[in-house]
Amino acid sequence: MAGLTLRNVEKSYGNVTVMSGLNLDIHDGEFLVLVGPSGCGKSTLLRMIAGLEEISDGTVAIENTIVNDLPASKRELSMVFQSYALYPHMSVRKNLAFGLQNLKMPKAEVDRRVDEAARVLQIGELMDRKPRQLSGGQKQRVAIGRAIVREPKLFLFDEPLSNLDAELRVQMRVELASLYSKLGTTMIYVTHDQVEAMTMATRIVVLRKGIIEQVGTPHELYTRPANLFVAGFIGSPKINMFSAKATKGAHGIHIAMPDFQDFEIDGLERTVDDVTVCIRPEAFRPNGGSISVNATIDLVEYLGSEILLHTRLPSGQTVLMQTGGKAAYAKGQSITVGFEPGDVHVFDHNGNRVPFVREEALA
Amino acid sequence: MKKFLARNGPGYVFLLPWFLGFFLLALGPILASLYLSFTRYDMVGDPRWIGFDNYQYMFERDRRFWKALEVTFTYVFLSVPARLIMALGVAMLLDKGLRTIGVYRAIFYLPSLLGASIAIAILWRQLFAADGVVNQILAKFGIEGAAWISNPDTSLYTLVVLAMWQFGSPMLIFLAGLRGIPRDLYEAAEIDGTSKRRQFFRITLPLLAPVIFFNLVLQTIEAFKTFSSAFIISGGTGAPADSLLFYTVYLFNEAFKFFRMGYASALAWVLLIIIGFFTAVSFFTSKYWVHYENERD
Repeated sequence: MAGLTLRNVEKSYGNVTVMSGLNLDIHDGEFLVLVGPSGCGKSTLLRMIAGLEEISDGTVAIENTIVNDLPASKRELSMVFQSYALYPHMSVRKNLAFGLQNLKMPKAEVDRRVDEAARVLQIGELMDRKPRQLSGGQKQRVAIGRAIVREPKLFLFDEPLSNLDAELRVQMRVELASLYSKLGTTMIYVTHDQVEAMTMATRIVVLRKGIIEQVGTPHELYTRPANLFVAGFIGSPKINMFSAKATKGAHGIHIAMPDFQDFEIDGLERTVDDVTVCIRPEAFRPNGGSISVNATIDLVEYLGSEILLHTRLPSGQTVLMQTGGKAAYAKGQSITVGFEPGDVHVFDHNGNRVPFVREEALA
Repeated sequence: MKKFLARNGPGYVFLLPWFLGFFLLALGPILASLYLSFTRYDMVGDPRWIGFDNYQYMFERDRRFWKALEVTFTYVFLSVPARLIMALGVAMLLDKGLRTIGVYRAIFYLPSLLGASIAIAILWRQLFAADGVVNQILAKFGIEGAAWISNPDTSLYTLVVLAMWQFGSPMLIFLAGLRGIPRDLYEAAEIDGTSKRRQFFRITLPLLAPVIFFNLVLQTIEAFKTFSSAFIISGGTGAPADSLLFYTVYLFNEAFKFFRMGYASALAWVLLIIIGFFTAVSFFTSKYWVHYENERD
């Protein structure tokens, strides 16, 4: 097990700098997920940690040892690739043993580790098959098996579930999480899927264009997004965004939003400006909430346990709301939608979070 | 039938030019040569049926036939591996992802384009002549070169070197094959601490096996059929001392110098059988060493 420290890490290709001044501490034994849209640099960062990609500037340290110039094989880590990267001409057993044989490990020890991995991942009956005879999920298990037989200090995962179908992805997510709790090894996991990030991570790093937007637990990211990007990226279905005017109010900030009556929040008064108000779909309630407005239903998505209502306000602004309940809704129906002032997130004109007084006290 | 045409029709349309060429131009002479191989025919009179006499003479009494086989087999067994190793080596260098790869690919392919031409064979003769460029360069280092081409002990090797130099087409195929091996496999191996050497033998070679097999078959056939370079460099005779008496050169001389068309036809059929045999052996053994990614189980 090992912690990891990134200091002022920079990556450039020729004259193009894709990442600069990146700082990050990864704690021993945590499941850290790097998440962001494609092109945000998450895979590049992972590959730099792995030693597959050169670090242009700054340092990467594993357990306080700077590894910038250490080849990948000496970093005592394992990596699971998106494509699985199984050797197609070798049986599952040989795939698992291949890396260990490089280490000139005694055969008995190789066999012990391979059998142990097969037992943990329940792939015992597949050992003599070739990768092409395996399903996507089985290949994924073998790829993970190849990573665990090395008993590394650090696991790296590069979008390992993105080639699987939705159902299998959910299943493998659970298996990975239980594998993590079994091994307790530090894991760094790259994905573009925020649901994967939210469900598995102990901490999430949200990246955009080579810059860290926020680092925090899934709960922190969801309840206190640091900026508009994180607010929009984390959470499914997507958060609702409204332009609004903020002025100094009697107790905090007075918010004036089209369609809705004005309201006040106990936000710090430093922002008196054009702001963006964000409200999660589940914070809207049909026929409820102290701040409400009449809306028309454009589309109903019935998901069983819950219903997504795409509604339109008088100004033309669309609002997505998520509701449980058994009420029947129909397209074109009129409905009152509302929220509580305490459920909103406010971002200033630079997109940064305007904290609530109570949040400030927490921090 | 309708279903068959719908499914395979386009394929046959694409094969049509080959079929036309084969049936209109090639099939007749092929069958004629099979017939002629059982005759005595000097192109003046009519062919005279002599049964298996040509074949019997070839195997029992014709010492030059055996010499030609010896020369040709030696050449095939030396030049094919040499050319393939050269081709794979250069392909691996080019695969390193050079920006100007297109240029290098073209340059390295040039010898293969020129290779079969008479001019190159003549040039080769000049290079390896007693007072040729090779010896002049060796002389600069104080080494006295041999008369490479006129010495029966070395003449064949100058042709092996020429064959090695013409590595262009297998190289292109190797390059395409190398490009087809996913980078991830090497990265996974890298992280596992696999040495470059082990990566080559355990990943590159096995995954390249179908391409190696393809090149091996094609180049072996090519090597058995080598004619123009041997003909030019040996002055058309297989000299010195029959050391360059390639099978095809011998066949050509029998046919067009001595007008023993019947015997030459028999020689041609024996060569066809030899080539067919080696191709069959390659195919038969391939299942033990060639792994196909999309093979059916």
